[in-house]
Amino acid sequence: MDLLRLITAGSVDDGKSTLIGRLLYDSKSIMIDQLEAIGKQSRNKENGEIDLALLTDGLRAEREQGITIDVAYKYFSTPKRKFILADAPGHIQYTRNMVTGASNADLAIILIDARKGVIEQTKRHSIIASLLGIKHVVVAINKMDLVNFSEDVFSNIVVEYSRVALELKLKDIKYIPISALLGDNIVEKSDQMNWYEGETLLHWLETIQVNRDVNLKDARLPVQYVIRPQTDDLHDYRGYAGKITSGIYKVGDKVSVLPAGLESTIKSIEVGGVGVKEAYAPQGAVIQLQDDIDISRGDLIVKSENLTEVTQEFEVLLTWMDAKPLKPGNKYLLQLNSKQVMSVVKEIEFKLDVNTLEKLQLPESVGLNDVVKAKIKTASPVAIDKYSVNKATGSAILIDETSHSTVGALLIQ
Amino acid sequence: MYSFDYLDQLESEAIHILREVAGQFERPALLFSGGKDSITLVRLAEKAFRPGKFPFPLVHIDTGHNFPEAIDFRDQLVQRLGEKLIVGSVEETINEKKLTEPKGKFASRNALQTYTLLEVIEKYGFDACIGGARRDEEKARAKERIFSVRNEFGQWEPKLQRPELWNIYNGRISKGENVRVFPISNWTELDVWNYIRREKIELPSIYFSHERNCISFQDQWVAVSPFVTIDEDDHIEKRRVRYRTVGDMTCTAAVESNASTIDEIINEIIATKTSERGETRIDDKVSEAAMEDRKKNGYF
Repeated sequence: MDLLRLITAGSVDDGKSTLIGRLLYDSKSIMIDQLEAIGKQSRNKENGEIDLALLTDGLRAEREQGITIDVAYKYFSTPKRKFILADAPGHIQYTRNMVTGASNADLAIILIDARKGVIEQTKRHSIIASLLGIKHVVVAINKMDLVNFSEDVFSNIVVEYSRVALELKLKDIKYIPISALLGDNIVEKSDQMNWYEGETLLHWLETIQVNRDVNLKDARLPVQYVIRPQTDDLHDYRGYAGKITSGIYKVGDKVSVLPAGLESTIKSIEVGGVGVKEAYAPQGAVIQLQDDIDISRGDLIVKSENLTEVTQEFEVLLTWMDAKPLKPGNKYLLQLNSKQVMSVVKEIEFKLDVNTLEKLQLPESVGLNDVVKAKIKTASPVAIDKYSVNKATGSAILIDETSHSTVGALLIQ
Repeated sequence: MYSFDYLDQLESEAIHILREVAGQFERPALLFSGGKDSITLVRLAEKAFRPGKFPFPLVHIDTGHNFPEAIDFRDQLVQRLGEKLIVGSVEETINEKKLTEPKGKFASRNALQTYTLLEVIEKYGFDACIGGARRDEEKARAKERIFSVRNEFGQWEPKLQRPELWNIYNGRISKGENVRVFPISNWTELDVWNYIRREKIELPSIYFSHERNCISFQDQWVAVSPFVTIDEDDHIEKRRVRYRTVGDMTCTAAVESNASTIDEIINEIIATKTSERGETRIDDKVSEAAMEDRKKNGYF
């Protein structure tokens, strides 16, 4: 059994919460007491029927306002797979929440209201999915019951969305006509849409191949912690502990420690306290080297035959996440895996309209939820990859040193 | 060849988080309740830091209302590990601070734990507390970050949470603040049990079917103990039960069960129609936002 991380973005109007409620309910991941609790609230709302949307809104403010504000995580599983679903709000003022939810997703479900077709929000969600490098997209065309389960409506939306997908270079796209409210094509095949011969949503989620997405080519291990027992029998033990974010390491491999560039050879590898000959992403490992060289938290161990770029200046796509505006020239703490380094946001080239992909050159201000192309300079060299090549070593956050808040998300270009 | 199943992924994520705590904080602690989730955390910490020592002590907030089996288990575990245990006593906090003990049939010290926890955090200067909370337990928890910043009163502010992206955890705090860290946020109850089975992790005996004198309260079985007031109307019955969660004897209900092995427990959990907290916690039913409110007040 493996794991699939997915994101759904949308507003209550699209039936997003109903869809999630339906997936949980039909996969039997909702328990009786939880249903009873939402039953009580549904009655408070005087509409009698159980409102599956209430399952997902966890905070009092969200229930009171009937909207999703923050990302919530939901879990369900079938005999084939465990699913971690990030439920993100869809409105433009919550773009940062969607970026957050999308950052760990293998797959995105883009919900389209069959009555409305492709709208601004559809495009925005697709743009964010594409920016964050989500490899698989399911376009769930919902509320088919409200358009008489019409094949024409479905086909027109497919044609319309294909243009968006082409522009965004989205590759693996699956179109499924559904009714979240009635359960059509969610778990069971709809008997109202015999013209649709494809899989149901859950079947697609269960069977889509994602294990090939793991990068096993570029070996990268950011050192998180140095294990030094300093006991009599382990006097010289010095293990570099970290999660292998990509690639494979074998005992005997020639490695380089970046950014300094020191070289050595792997003496031993342990995973979970057990010695192994090789370890691979995304395992957590402890590596010992032949040579006694200076390595500490924040360094990156890579194979000498496959180095990253080491630089103090690089370009990023930056999502601003703070209510205080971004001031070019301000200094922020940059965190890239376990590495923290002071940095400054230099010039901002353009602001990206996340509804249209238009580039606004030299924007006057950069505020909450804005996505911009910017140049970053760091106080000391850092080892980086391009986000499009390697997510884990191509992503970073900016931290405001005075408030300690996470204020920016960086995709290294 | 390079396969990786879901338990491997969850394990790897949790180990990564534990090592981030070790790397980012001066004085972390692992909050140990004696329950299966914190026992699982201990196993993960062994995998993360052996052959070294844990870079944090275990901290147990002892309400004085614990199951004796859980306390015995705790002491044996700590001895086997060779790690440091700090016990914060709610009883002492009540006496020192002249707190009012809750009254009633199931007078629970659950809420008072927060006082002791904050006191221990202050006394030892802990800047990060690792806990075994999971997001599937409860819907306020479903919204909490893995690194959850608490102000100097230990309070959670859901609207001021930091965005948490990729696997990058921002543990920067001001003096007086601390971070609650939840490495098994993404695990479900069933995942924990499957992991316990795979890793052959030992658990306190109360998790397995045993006979116990109980009273029935709102369709739940509550163990007879010195901490629960038995009324004339109560009918004491001997029942075969096990515990699905381990909290205080005052606020944890037992489930009727003959399951005496991990396999049998897993089969029961797969078949159950009631959630873990719903079935076993007497303290969560008070209001829709009970957990959110407690967290805002500094609870785990």
